[in-house]
Amino acid sequence: MSERLAFLRPEILLFVATCLVMVVGLSKTYATRRLTSGIAGLALLGAFYLSIATTPSLTSAACPISGKVFSEPVSAASGQLLLPAMVPFMKATIAAVGLLLLLVQAGTVDRAEEAAIAAGKRTFDPLRTNRAEYYAFFLFSLTGLMLCASADSLIWLFLALELTSLPTYIMVAISTARNRGREAGVKYFFLGALGAAVFLYGFALIYGGTGQTNLNQIALAIRGNGLSTITLAGVMISLIGLGFKIAAVPMHFYTPDVYEGAAPQVSGFLAFVPKTAGFIAILLLCAMVGWNYAPPGADEPSALTGVITQSPWGTSLPEPVSLLLWVMAALTMTVGNVLALLQSSVKRVLAYSSIAHSGYMLVGVVAGPNTQASNELPSFASAFTRSGVSAVLFYLLCYGVMNLGAFAVLAAVERTPGADGEAREVDKFEDIRGLCRRDPVMGWCMVLCALSLLGLPPLLGFFGKLPLFTSGIAAGQVALVVILGLNSAIAAFYYLRLAFAPFLESPEEHVERTVPAPYATRRWAAVLSAASVVALAIFGSVLMREAARASTVQRIAPADVRTPASVRLEAGGSASTPPARHSSLLP
Amino acid sequence: MLLFALILLPILGALAVAVMPGTASRPLAMLTTLASLALAVYAAATFDRAAGGTAQFAASVDWLPILGLKLSVGADGVAMMLILLTALLGPICVASSATAIGQGDRPRVYYAWLLVLQAAMTGVFAAQDLILFYICFEFTLIPMYILISLYGSTNRKRAAIKFFLYTFAGSVVALAGLVYIAHAHAAKPGQSWTFDIDTLATTARGLSLSTQGWLLLALMAGFAVKVPLFPVHTWLPLAHTEAPTAGSVILAGVLLKLGTYAIYRLVLPVVPAAVLEYAPLLAVLCIVGIIYGGLICWVQTDVKKLVAYSSVAHLGFCMLGMFALNNTGVSGSVLYMINHGLSTGALFLLIGMIYERYHTRDMKQLGGLASKMPVWSTFMVFFTLASVGLPGLNGFVSEFMCMLGAFQSSSAWGSGLWHSVGNRPVGATPGSLGPWFAVIAGTGVIIAAMYLLYMVGSVVWGKLKEPHGHHHDGAHHHAALPRDLSPREIGVLLPLAVLCLLLGVYPKALLMFTEPSVTQTLARVQAGTTTGTLAAGEVAR
Repeated sequence: MSERLAFLRPEILLFVATCLVMVVGLSKTYATRRLTSGIAGLALLGAFYLSIATTPSLTSAACPISGKVFSEPVSAASGQLLLPAMVPFMKATIAAVGLLLLLVQAGTVDRAEEAAIAAGKRTFDPLRTNRAEYYAFFLFSLTGLMLCASADSLIWLFLALELTSLPTYIMVAISTARNRGREAGVKYFFLGALGAAVFLYGFALIYGGTGQTNLNQIALAIRGNGLSTITLAGVMISLIGLGFKIAAVPMHFYTPDVYEGAAPQVSGFLAFVPKTAGFIAILLLCAMVGWNYAPPGADEPSALTGVITQSPWGTSLPEPVSLLLWVMAALTMTVGNVLALLQSSVKRVLAYSSIAHSGYMLVGVVAGPNTQASNELPSFASAFTRSGVSAVLFYLLCYGVMNLGAFAVLAAVERTPGADGEAREVDKFEDIRGLCRRDPVMGWCMVLCALSLLGLPPLLGFFGKLPLFTSGIAAGQVALVVILGLNSAIAAFYYLRLAFAPFLESPEEHVERTVPAPYATRRWAAVLSAASVVALAIFGSVLMREAARASTVQRIAPADVRTPASVRLEAGGSASTPPARHSSLLP
Repeated sequence: MLLFALILLPILGALAVAVMPGTASRPLAMLTTLASLALAVYAAATFDRAAGGTAQFAASVDWLPILGLKLSVGADGVAMMLILLTALLGPICVASSATAIGQGDRPRVYYAWLLVLQAAMTGVFAAQDLILFYICFEFTLIPMYILISLYGSTNRKRAAIKFFLYTFAGSVVALAGLVYIAHAHAAKPGQSWTFDIDTLATTARGLSLSTQGWLLLALMAGFAVKVPLFPVHTWLPLAHTEAPTAGSVILAGVLLKLGTYAIYRLVLPVVPAAVLEYAPLLAVLCIVGIIYGGLICWVQTDVKKLVAYSSVAHLGFCMLGMFALNNTGVSGSVLYMINHGLSTGALFLLIGMIYERYHTRDMKQLGGLASKMPVWSTFMVFFTLASVGLPGLNGFVSEFMCMLGAFQSSSAWGSGLWHSVGNRPVGATPGSLGPWFAVIAGTGVIIAAMYLLYMVGSVVWGKLKEPHGHHHDGAHHHAALPRDLSPREIGVLLPLAVLCLLLGVYPKALLMFTEPSVTQTLARVQAGTTTGTLAAGEVAR
């Protein structure tokens, strides 16, 4: 148990920081209250360090939850990870993008209240301020996200997903003083609950079909006894439910309203955090049901035990799952891009584009990991270009950075305050026209990030998309890749508008002027993102190599599979129904 | 390193333009483009013509090695000539913008992006890595988009977005095709993932005919739009008409050549069997473009639009020669790329000069300018004749070679497949076109003569017509411009005129550079066709 806790050090650090932030944020002196964001930043830095520092233990045999996963008898006490190497990469990515996100959050809540306190009009009242709660929720959500990455059972995964999402509902609601934000929060909460219900139902069916909650045990059970209809239905329903987290069709419809209602910095948060959680969960489920089998021909049915040691679908996903993801990917990209064309609000455009980007990443999920068994190449070159999983992981990072840059610009620029003195955010395309001349730094950040989102070479977005192309084609999904290409072309229309409204167009006379928001860190976040969009395109090789390493899938080799009976026995003598009774969908 | 310098120099120049005040933009841009031209001339002078089939001045720097991506450059004979053309048009564009882009027109933006565009175009021709090629190919869109949408005429926004979307949509599909080629290569035993163009051009062939057909479709989706071939040409007249003069010159002179060059460099060697199979179809599209484009030119009243549509027709000839797949045709096609860049570029410059003076390009409002502007008229007649294909000027040689190539390309006597062509008449070469293609395309020459001479007849000769309300001393007239051409404008046109004449009487000056490269490409096509048809035969069996 303690060994396992050691593995969760980044999460524990974040959790401790969360508690600290909750207390410190309620201090009566402003100087102490201010420390909240600093504490959060330090905690994220520490988590980043710990994520990277845990890397060696993951591959060593000493690590209880990975290492030689399948070479010793499976026991219930040791959960194993299906995508073990994904953990450090994702945690480090989450901490790094989390730091950028933290920079943008400055001044999201309590702006008027703090001003009133500073002016002496009011005294500090813990009931009226949200600072402590806001930063605590922020860290809670990131903690949940990291926990998703280390999940090894369905229950853990569900709890982690909910820990990621629940704080975001409140963050949306309290992010602006307007009613629209509250409406968005409530809408997001109810629809989020619906999504959670759907995938929880799916999880329940998987448990019903296999009698296991541990992802590895489920994988072994599916391998030993075939994929029963109930398990398959469970997996598919879970994937649809998880579509809510990544904003994929048919669970995408909340996205534009919520993104529009929330403050831009929170929309930026929503575009990265729940989406990443959803993709991690989808990757884990896919690894559970399909990828983790040895390549075709690597193993034969064992004559001794009679166990089917090779899945009928080889190393790819079962056909119904693959088809579902294919359709989701194609629809998600197309719906997102086409609807984005019709929007006049920048945040709604970015919301629909976020849907479209989920569709792009689903292409990588459909493509699956590299099946050429060449993960051992020293350079990982072939592995990276062929693996859809590493493409997804890398794209999550790219998307996190470049999308955050666009939202950070929206957060860093405000319209001149109205009569009530309340700052109003930039939303329409008219507001950012000619931004390059009024505020060159923010204007150019927007140009760079929008062009990168478009996937224009030689910016980061292109190098994110290229592995999706290569892996999709290597997996034989040529049609899907062509759809992906055409969708990039559709997207060009609105991204060009977004990129060139600040640069090429002149502001109209009657439109109000914009002023920089009084929070320098938001500008820093935008500048850092825009700089990464350029710099990572030049020096991104290291990250790509890490992504390639992170996508290594644990293979179940034939020698590792005991008879189904022994598996059940070692699983702790669970009294659940043996899944063998269910008819196998794929004989 | 020479080629890196050719790419980097304009970028550095652009950065300098961006940070210096607007008054220094033009001199800086001029300096940069002249330096590039000098470098390019030096490169061409030291180019080893005998070994023109291989990439020279090769240099390579690792960039994202995990993707197999290298900054790898080199130039064979054809690429060298196109780089030279790009470098030549650079100073001409800068010089021609002297009065069109004033200090109030954000000159820093204009000249900086003009230089970036030059760097990107040079990059396309010099790239030896598929992804580097694609990056440069795509990146040309951004500067051109900016030039059109900031400095174009009334309909510029629409033209710019149409230009961008057409070419971008096509090229992402082409990217899928390019990636498939790399994948097909990597899937072969003993091969690893690479984007090296030469490697792919020699080893990625041997795919089945149907695969090659789909690949051809995907690649042509990207490159045919750029050329442009007949059904996907509609962005071109709009973009040409709306672009500023220098933009039109670059568009006609070099940007269209990116498409033809890509077809020459990538499509022919990699999917030769499919090209051979579908060449008749593609040639029909070319011929439709030639005739349809010509007929549309005939009814234009806007001079610039007329020349824009004439590009559709001209590039039809160029591609017809390419798809003839024989030495005459492909050499003619390569020659055509350069010649079209010179003569059509010059025509756009001439029209820009008229537009600056009269603020109209309408043939109904202009006429008989020979009496007012004799020097301009002389150049106009000269370049029109070069464009029509008057023997002795450059257009004739390439047009004739393209048609001769199509004529000799011998499907009419064979089954259309390379190895099964038997019993050919004398002079016929392997290929899948035939005399009829040349005959029908030949009518396009007549149409070209009709519309171009009609245009010259109405604008240059006849009774003097000037736009209503036009006064030489009035506000409409540009203060800095004399009635006829200024020495600067003559200086812009003269080098082009000299080259047109030189290439008309001595095309070998260019052909001796391109010949080895063409021979090598055709050898690859031949090798690929043999294996390709064998593979197709195996599939059929």
